Amino acid sequence: MKQSVTLGKVTKFIGLGSFMGLFSGKLEKDDYKALLRKVIVPIASVLLFLGLWHLGAKALYNVEAEFRIEKALNEQGQAAADEMAACIASGDITCQPNTLPSPAQVWASFQSLLNDHALISADKAAFAEKTAALNEKRVAEGKDPIVYTGRPSFVDQIFRSLKTVFAGFFLALLIAVPLGIFIGLSPSLKSAFNWFIQIFKPVSPVVWYLLVFMIVKTLLIDSSEDSSFTISFISVGLCSMWATLVNTSMGVSTVDNDYINVAKVLKLGNFQKVFKVVLPSSLPLIFTGLKITLSVAWMVLIAIELLAQSPGLGLFVWEEFQNGANDSNAKIIVAMFVIGIIGFLLDRLMLAIQNWVSFEKTDAI
Amino acid sequence: MAYLELKNIYKTYGTGDNATEVLSDINLSIEEGEFVAIVGFTGSGKTTLVNLINGLLEPTKGEVIFKGKPVVGTSHERGVIFQNYSLLPWLTVEQNVLMAVKEAFPKREKAVYKRKAAHYIDMVGLTPAINKLPKELSGGMRQRVAVARALSMKPDMIIMDEPLGALDALTRGTLQDQILNIWGKDKRTALLITNDVDEGIYMADRIIPLRPGPNATLGPEFKIDIERPRDKTLMNDNPNYKKTRNAIIEYLMDIGAERKAQASEEIILPDLAPKDFVNQFK
Repeated sequence: MKQSVTLGKVTKFIGLGSFMGLFSGKLEKDDYKALLRKVIVPIASVLLFLGLWHLGAKALYNVEAEFRIEKALNEQGQAAADEMAACIASGDITCQPNTLPSPAQVWASFQSLLNDHALISADKAAFAEKTAALNEKRVAEGKDPIVYTGRPSFVDQIFRSLKTVFAGFFLALLIAVPLGIFIGLSPSLKSAFNWFIQIFKPVSPVVWYLLVFMIVKTLLIDSSEDSSFTISFISVGLCSMWATLVNTSMGVSTVDNDYINVAKVLKLGNFQKVFKVVLPSSLPLIFTGLKITLSVAWMVLIAIELLAQSPGLGLFVWEEFQNGANDSNAKIIVAMFVIGIIGFLLDRLMLAIQNWVSFEKTDAI
Repeated sequence: MAYLELKNIYKTYGTGDNATEVLSDINLSIEEGEFVAIVGFTGSGKTTLVNLINGLLEPTKGEVIFKGKPVVGTSHERGVIFQNYSLLPWLTVEQNVLMAVKEAFPKREKAVYKRKAAHYIDMVGLTPAINKLPKELSGGMRQRVAVARALSMKPDMIIMDEPLGALDALTRGTLQDQILNIWGKDKRTALLITNDVDEGIYMADRIIPLRPGPNATLGPEFKIDIERPRDKTLMNDNPNYKKTRNAIIEYLMDIGAERKAQASEEIILPDLAPKDFVNQFK
């Protein structure tokens, strides 16, 4: 039963609702309907999607394979064409058509990425063990310890990306929420900032990145440290903060007049008025803004990491694309799914926090 | 000297050509400990009048004088019960009342605040719901929280803006008694704005009709000479009650009819007829 409660919480978190009835064994007619709608239908749609993907990938594979054989025939003659056909049929990696990978290939790549992670982790642990004594000595002598410089695994990249996105998100939060409150409270500030918001809101992440790059590069001119992380998280923050800024200022400036009257009748001071009346009543809108900010941050992160050469999923995708290895395409698709799933979970996380802190309960979309 | 005095109050919304005079030439004086009801149609400017008295609005012309001093802004001395409860939805019943208590009596200990809040919540009979959010309460309960909140600031005067307007008849009756009970205990000055003549007669010492706006102004006052505590069922047979009630209703109906007559004179429909469209397109 306890397990079922946790399971129920999980299903609720990811937006499937809780099926207490399902897990406690008491099934009513409505539960069957819910089961059909919330479990069977999604599973069926996923299977359908995988099937279509598989067929599509197969068709593309055939197009590519035929093209190769044709090319060999035209350029080198019948013998070369036969050899190419045999090679492709044998599954030799040197001559595989390079196209949209099938679901099975993507799954295999996912497994291999996990294996890779296990290998790298083991390598890291071994390195740490080997250098432990030496590093201690170096630190005692006042030198920098030797750090592991091997390539990061896929899982490491995910965590790097999450770190960047959260750093950017908190930057956005720290700038946009206070600024939004001030703008919402003061009509003159609002008109001062309005043009600024309208102009900068639609600017693309790439341009933000370049702008931040120009500034940070100069600011950190003496530093030998890698500035790519700083640049990418600042760009992510600047890119994604607009939704929160607009929503916060709107929430603050459109507080229900009744509440303002209450504040006046109770003679609350300005500080009290903001913190006890204005902010609580605009929390739902602020959180809507923050939710959009987080998802925008996650979305632009990939592009910005790619440009900034900052380690993370974006760079992973770019490197795999440049790499052009046999399983590169499959790895890119793996990264795509991981990005999508993490984005979804981040959204749910915000929703859970929102429902926890604000008085209006919001349903998942 | 009157406790609350309104002198030649005019209130205009908008400026220039768009200006609408909502209230004109309002004169009213209320003595200490008196319960006065103002009765009027919806849209006659009742809420504007209330907001002028509680200090949320300023009159365009004229003066509101409370305890000998002109009213500037809101004050804890005048507790307000709003028409739509105006409870803060993210605070529990206790927190809503606590907020008022803390503002009215600064720099006390937390326990004192809690005790005060609990006292007023108990007064309106909401102790079991003390930790509930407004949305978990019925309309009547919410209005009782609003009453507790207004009273908890120990105002010298209570101003009620159609406090029971949105409630059903039964809850209305109970709450009327509750408010009268509380009022009877320390005889605070009270001003009730309502659209229900019976409610006014049952609760107030004096009833003053508000002639409908724009240019709303107060009509002649009607004294209610019925002894307190009043009993709803017995009151129906009281000749005094019948007389006053009929007089007030007659007065209000007369204004209504007058308005209607005026309105029908004013609107002259232009003499227009549709063109002969059908033939035009043939």
